[in-house]
Amino acid sequence: MNASVGIVHAQRAIFDTPLTFKSGAVLPRYELMYETYGTLNADKSNAILVCHALSGHHHVAGYYADDPENVGWWDTMIGPGKPVDTNKFFVVGMNNLGGCHGSTGPSSINPATGKPYGASFPVVTVEDWVTSQARLADLLGIKQFAAIMGGSLGGMQAMQWSLSYPERVRHVLAIATAPHLTAENIAFNDVARNAILTDPDFHGGNFYEHGVVPTRGLRLARMLGHITYLSDDAMADKFGRSLRSGKLGYNYDIEFEIESYLRYQGDKFAAYFDANTYLLMTKALDYFDPARDYADNLDKAFAAARADFLVLSFTTDWRFSPERSRTIVNALLHNRRNVSYGEISSAHGHDSFLMQHEHYHEVMRAYLDRIAMELSA
Amino acid sequence: MSAHDPAELAAARPDFAAIAAWIPQGASVLDLGCGDGSLLRYLKETRKIRGYGVEISDANIVACIRNGVNVIQSNLESGLSGFESNAFDYVILSQTLQATRHTEPLVQEMLRVGREAIVSFPNFGHWKARLNVLRGHMPVSDELPYQWFDTPNVHLCTLHDFEEFCDGHRVHILERRVMTGDSEIRLLPNLLGSMAVYRFKRAG
Repeated sequence: MNASVGIVHAQRAIFDTPLTFKSGAVLPRYELMYETYGTLNADKSNAILVCHALSGHHHVAGYYADDPENVGWWDTMIGPGKPVDTNKFFVVGMNNLGGCHGSTGPSSINPATGKPYGASFPVVTVEDWVTSQARLADLLGIKQFAAIMGGSLGGMQAMQWSLSYPERVRHVLAIATAPHLTAENIAFNDVARNAILTDPDFHGGNFYEHGVVPTRGLRLARMLGHITYLSDDAMADKFGRSLRSGKLGYNYDIEFEIESYLRYQGDKFAAYFDANTYLLMTKALDYFDPARDYADNLDKAFAAARADFLVLSFTTDWRFSPERSRTIVNALLHNRRNVSYGEISSAHGHDSFLMQHEHYHEVMRAYLDRIAMELSA
Repeated sequence: MSAHDPAELAAARPDFAAIAAWIPQGASVLDLGCGDGSLLRYLKETRKIRGYGVEISDANIVACIRNGVNVIQSNLESGLSGFESNAFDYVILSQTLQATRHTEPLVQEMLRVGREAIVSFPNFGHWKARLNVLRGHMPVSDELPYQWFDTPNVHLCTLHDFEEFCDGHRVHILERRVMTGDSEIRLLPNLLGSMAVYRFKRAG
């Protein structure tokens, strides 16, 4: 039953209608990379949009014919017989604007200058992403999504859909997310950004033309981020105080296993991720705050929503804690929206939403089965 | 889905039909300790209510979602702070009162969040329970199916106890229905009834 969607193909959508960002900046033309799994039904009512988090992209499930090791980032969740069952749903994954996996972003060539956008790429907000995603939906002929789902920053996009386009989404699945970042969360992001911004190879964001990459900054940013995505217990379990060589070296080389792991993660990330995209993504996280336009009243912000909601959090997630999810749930309750909330016991911190976890997947399966039943009703 | 046929459910859980009889069409309902969501589903199907359940168990969260009812995973013993005052027409505590630790503040919270409250509980004054105790044993019955060592019930009471509690806590009882199985008991209810359902509100 839990099979892979198999070989998938990335597609490119080209948009010639200018997009005005929340900041006022305008992008005259842009491209979005996307993948789809399953079959869109005749009345186009079975589509699910999967929004990605900070380092995600359009390759959500399946693998590529020429790269079978490259499995989609949410393949545990999406496929035939999986919680998001591609035998029932038409699933769309995309790389957000400003990304570095093929959609137009800071590393893309600006046709006006013939050089990469670099620092001149507009600062993107969650609202801007949702606008661009709606244009992709238009292109695919999807007037209304059966569901829009995402974890973390992806959950913010799913929620924003219910506010920007209330009639275009029937269910929002907001996982390990928050109605806005806390000061502590913004602080982590700012340290990460500073690591990149102060790297001598960053060149004010225009490092492409210097033929260098701010690798040191990027890997520091990722190492810091990675710590916050795990839990104290998970780290203790996995690494404890284990030493690589079994004895103390009295120097600054890699000694503890956790150091080795973090540096490996940092190096891996810095080898493929774009520094400007990292800056943009963290800024989008910091800016997201639908209550801001309503005198910080989240109840009023959600008054526009028409969707039903599933909100999930993880007990050891301290970056997007259960309390942050309960704030979302309360605002939905105050608006009499249909909402269910689950607090998943997991040892793996914020990263739990990406992991295989029996009860978490059972909750998702139960909710998505209900959506599938509505389709056939 | 015969397990969720409203008629069969009402037969299996006589308190469901008693509760439903008091709830007007389209009311808003909060069901505390909602279990697998059967009561909410029953009320949705028979009374077109808009409702939410509060439940702590993982398995019941999944069951509620499969039953198509809203459920909030939370420990109701830690209060109902997420719910605004007078947010619901009815707050229900069905066969759960006796298993709550902080029973007093919970009843007050029910009356803050709901305009009215409904509770059902097994009557510890039922003659079978009394007979068990007279014989020197803790009661075990259909309504009280647990042994003393594995029971979740920490605050069992009789109808008299509950009514005294209401008197002393500014709780005004609006209606009472006492039952044994699915038949209503009018004569000597505290002795002959095995289960009671009360509807009440804040006094004064």
